[in-house]
Amino acid sequence: MNKVKIKIVTPEKEMYNGDADMVIFRSKCGDVGIMHGHLPMVTVLDYGVLRIMENGEAVKKAAVFGGFAEIDGECVNILTDAAEWSDEIDLSRAEAARDRAEKRLMLSSPDIDELRSEMALKRALIRINTAEK
Amino acid sequence: MSGGMREIKRRIKSVGSTRQITKAMNLVASSKLNKAKDRFLKIRPFAEMTRSVISSVASGAQNLNHPYISSREVKKATVIVLAGDRGLCGGYNSGVCQSALSLSSQVECDYITVGAKAFEYFKSRGKSISRSVRGISEKPEYSDARIIGEEVLKRFAEGQTDEVYLAYTMYHSTISYESTVVRLLPFDMEEFSSDEAEGAAIYEPSADEVLSYVLPKYINTVIYGAMAESALCEQSARMTAMDSATENADDMMETLNTKYNRARQGAITQEITEIIAGAEC
Repeated sequence: MNKVKIKIVTPEKEMYNGDADMVIFRSKCGDVGIMHGHLPMVTVLDYGVLRIMENGEAVKKAAVFGGFAEIDGECVNILTDAAEWSDEIDLSRAEAARDRAEKRLMLSSPDIDELRSEMALKRALIRINTAEK
Repeated sequence: MSGGMREIKRRIKSVGSTRQITKAMNLVASSKLNKAKDRFLKIRPFAEMTRSVISSVASGAQNLNHPYISSREVKKATVIVLAGDRGLCGGYNSGVCQSALSLSSQVECDYITVGAKAFEYFKSRGKSISRSVRGISEKPEYSDARIIGEEVLKRFAEGQTDEVYLAYTMYHSTISYESTVVRLLPFDMEEFSSDEAEGAAIYEPSADEVLSYVLPKYINTVIYGAMAESALCEQSARMTAMDSATENADDMMETLNTKYNRARQGAITQEITEIIAGAEC
C-alpha cells in the first residue's frame, strides 16, 4: 500500500516529517482520515487528537490545538499553532487544569471569563484524551 | 616630560579596558547570532507552507470577498516598528525607525513599537504610539507576534485604521542588512495568485472560511518571521559594530604606544644630555 507523507509544522519548529498508512485528525467538519491519493483539499482544524496510523494501529498520537491542513494527494501538511505529542503531556497537570476550569464554569460569577474557561477546559480534555491510550 | 608620559599611560590603560569590553560584547553577540539564526531558519517551513496554502486558495477560488482583502480610502495607517531594546549596534535601530518615520509624511500614522529604542525614537518626535512592547526583541516568541497580529487585525476590521505596515530589518548576510517596510493589510491577493499554484479541489468548510482562518495566521507568521529576522540583524549589527570598535581600540593603542615610547626616549635623551652637560662643566 502506498504511504502518505505527513508533515506537522508549528511556527517554532517542524514536529514531524515521515510516512505512514494514514493520518486521522479533527477538522471543523469532524474527524477525517487521509490516505495516499486523497483529493487535493484544504481544511481548517479543530482542537482534537491527531493519530498517525500504521497497520491499523495508532503509532503516534498528538494533541492539536487548531490550525489547518493542506492535502495534495501524496502529502499532508498540517500547520498548527501548537501541538504536543502524547508522551510530552503531563497528565496530572492536565487533570488539575480540567478540574480548575470545571469549578470556574460551575461558579459562573460575572468576573470570570466564561469563554476562556471553556477553552481551557477543552484544551485540558484533549490533552487527557491524547495521553490516555 | 614625565607628566606627559603618565597621561599617555593612563589613556592606554583606559583604551585597553574599553577594548576588553567591546571584545566581550562582540563574542556575546556572535554567540547570540547563532541562536537567532537557528530560530529564524526554523520558522521558514511554516511561513512557506502558509504562503502556499494562501496562493492555492487565491488561484483556486473565484470571487473572493473578504474584508481583509478589500482596500479602501486611506485616512489612517498603523505602523508596526520592530527595533531593539539596546543600543551599541551601529545604525540598526535608527535605520528601521527612519524608514518607519518616512511613512508619516504621506498619511497620518499611529505606531506600535517593539523595543525600547523604537519607543524612545517616536516618543521624542511626538508621534502617537498606541502600543509599545519591550523585552522581547532578542528572543521573540510566536505568542508575542500573535498578540500584535490580533490587535492590528481587530483595528483594521473595526475601521480604526485603513492600512497596516510592518517596518523591520531584512537579513542578507552577517555583514549586510537592510531596513524595509511592507504592507500587511489590506492583503494583496494579486501577489499570491501570480504564484504558480494549483487550487485544491475541496475546501472545508468553504474557501472563504479557509481564507478567513488562514489569513490572520499568515499575518501573525509574517510578524513573527520579521521579529526573528530583526533579532538576527540586531545581533549581527552589534557584532559588526563591536568588531570595528575593537579594531579602532587596537589602532588607538598602537598610536598611543608609539607616542609613549617616543616620550620615554625623549626623556632619557634629555637626562643623558643633562648629565653630559653636567660632567663637562
